[in-house]
Amino acid sequence: MKKIEAIIQPSRFELVKSALQEIGVQGMTISEVRGHGRQKGHTEVYRGSEYTVDLLPKIKLEAVVPDHLAEAAVQAILKSAKTGKIGDGKIFLSSVEQTIRIRNEERGEAAL
Amino acid sequence: MRNGSAVLFLMLSFGWAGLAPARCFAAPGVRGRTAPAAASAEARTAARLTQLERQVAQARDAGDNAWMLTSAALVLLMTGPGLALFYGGLVRKKNVLATLMQSFSLMAIVTVLWALVSFSLAFGRGSPFIGGFGYIFLRGVGAAPNPAYASTIPFETYMIFQLMFAIITPALICGAFAERMKFSAMVVFTVLWSLVVYAPMAHMVWGQGGWLNASGGGSFPTLDFAGGTVVHITSGVSALVTALYLGRRIGYPEQPMPPHNVVLSFIGACLLWVGWFGFNAGSALSAGPLATSAFVATHFGAAAAAVGWAGAEWIRNGKPSVLGAISGAVAGLVAITPAAGFVSPISALIIGLVAGLVCYGMVTRVKARLGYDDSLDAFGVHGVGGTVGALLTGVFAARAINPIFKGQPVGLLDGHPGQVLNQLVGVAIAWSLAGVGTFIILKVVDAVIGLRVPPEHELQGLDISQHGEEAYNL
Repeated sequence: MKKIEAIIQPSRFELVKSALQEIGVQGMTISEVRGHGRQKGHTEVYRGSEYTVDLLPKIKLEAVVPDHLAEAAVQAILKSAKTGKIGDGKIFLSSVEQTIRIRNEERGEAAL
Repeated sequence: MRNGSAVLFLMLSFGWAGLAPARCFAAPGVRGRTAPAAASAEARTAARLTQLERQVAQARDAGDNAWMLTSAALVLLMTGPGLALFYGGLVRKKNVLATLMQSFSLMAIVTVLWALVSFSLAFGRGSPFIGGFGYIFLRGVGAAPNPAYASTIPFETYMIFQLMFAIITPALICGAFAERMKFSAMVVFTVLWSLVVYAPMAHMVWGQGGWLNASGGGSFPTLDFAGGTVVHITSGVSALVTALYLGRRIGYPEQPMPPHNVVLSFIGACLLWVGWFGFNAGSALSAGPLATSAFVATHFGAAAAAVGWAGAEWIRNGKPSVLGAISGAVAGLVAITPAAGFVSPISALIIGLVAGLVCYGMVTRVKARLGYDDSLDAFGVHGVGGTVGALLTGVFAARAINPIFKGQPVGLLDGHPGQVLNQLVGVAIAWSLAGVGTFIILKVVDAVIGLRVPPEHELQGLDISQHGEEAYNL
């Protein structure tokens, strides 16, 4: 099992979600997060006081998928999340030791 | 007044027209009757006329009273929710409830104080500087009009209308000490301030026999239609003194303290704009053409100032901000407050535009250079806008709009340059009284209960430390 953690542009989220559902990814968890990589922030001015906002709003998507789906899922995210500009985000892949469904204590890929 | 006579004339004409057929019918019968019968018909007609005149006056009074009660409600709407939301949106999330509570608590506290003593101190017969105790506990304030103030509305209506001004004035100061003053200190401070600063200033400008009262023949007739000096200069200058006395918020100006919700401020500012029609047009104290004139000037002043502030931002920063546009509108409303009811719509546009630009410069440039922390710019908007408006009233006031000096020229452009000096005197007195009075009150309250919350409470936020609540439990 692989865990996919993708930080993406909020405006691309709906596209990414449907792309993943299309290839059969069963579940995902979404968080609204703030952060920055190479992308610079922007300036806000309130009554003459300037603030630099360098932590920008992003969506963090987490999904654990069976090994055979991992590469397809990565491709789906790449295709749907890419705008080609700085700030498109990143994908992190990692191995997952175990998955346990709380309701019936099923384990492994069956629990995904 | 002119309108009143016209209405009276019209209604009398209809009265006669209504009587005419009756007389025609009566005519054959009258022939052959004796003289006393004719005389009694005359008497009946005279009685009906008297009754009609009384009813016409009552109809006019009812119209005035309806507008004045509506205006009083509109002015209350300016404090809550108008000002409360305007300020509430500008503070950080952890202080929004405390900021709303400052405005709301004044709606209650100043009202109680008004009934007990402060209405009497402001509007009772007394010295040229402060009223006496004649109306204490609202004694003698009832349905009968008081011709010294307004002859067509119950004195009680006048009292409740004026109360709404006494509420919003200390609420405006809250913008300067937002996010760091103890609630208890704020309560004691505003009670003392209402008695020591507001009551004397209101008495001098509007009270019977007041020193600056233009319509009551004061020594320095200062034109202040709806409270440019009494409300905005006093609150704005007191705000500056309070901000300087309290010192900066922890972390200001290095730490960003952007408004937590400009949407709330936007709603608040729009409510202020609408409520201001009651504030200014209501200050005509009648529903006649003077109210219309003040209403129109108010609207034009606000619009021009919003254009001025947002336009200046657009040129300097490349973007016109929502906060800038609404701040500009409020600055324009402040500046037009003393002038509405004395100036033409075009003069109102000029006053608004000047106020928008000057307040923009004050808030965005001068404040940063001087380094004081007037958290929500109560001084930059109300003190500065009020001063600009009071002085420009002396320039633009015109007898064609309001012949307050018995038909003589009123403002500078009307041919009475001395009025600018009168305005200066009024401004200087408002500045001094507010500055000195506020400083003394702050000293006293600081010595007795302390003004500022402890640093750990300030960091935690006033909502939890002062009120035990949080605004957003999501």
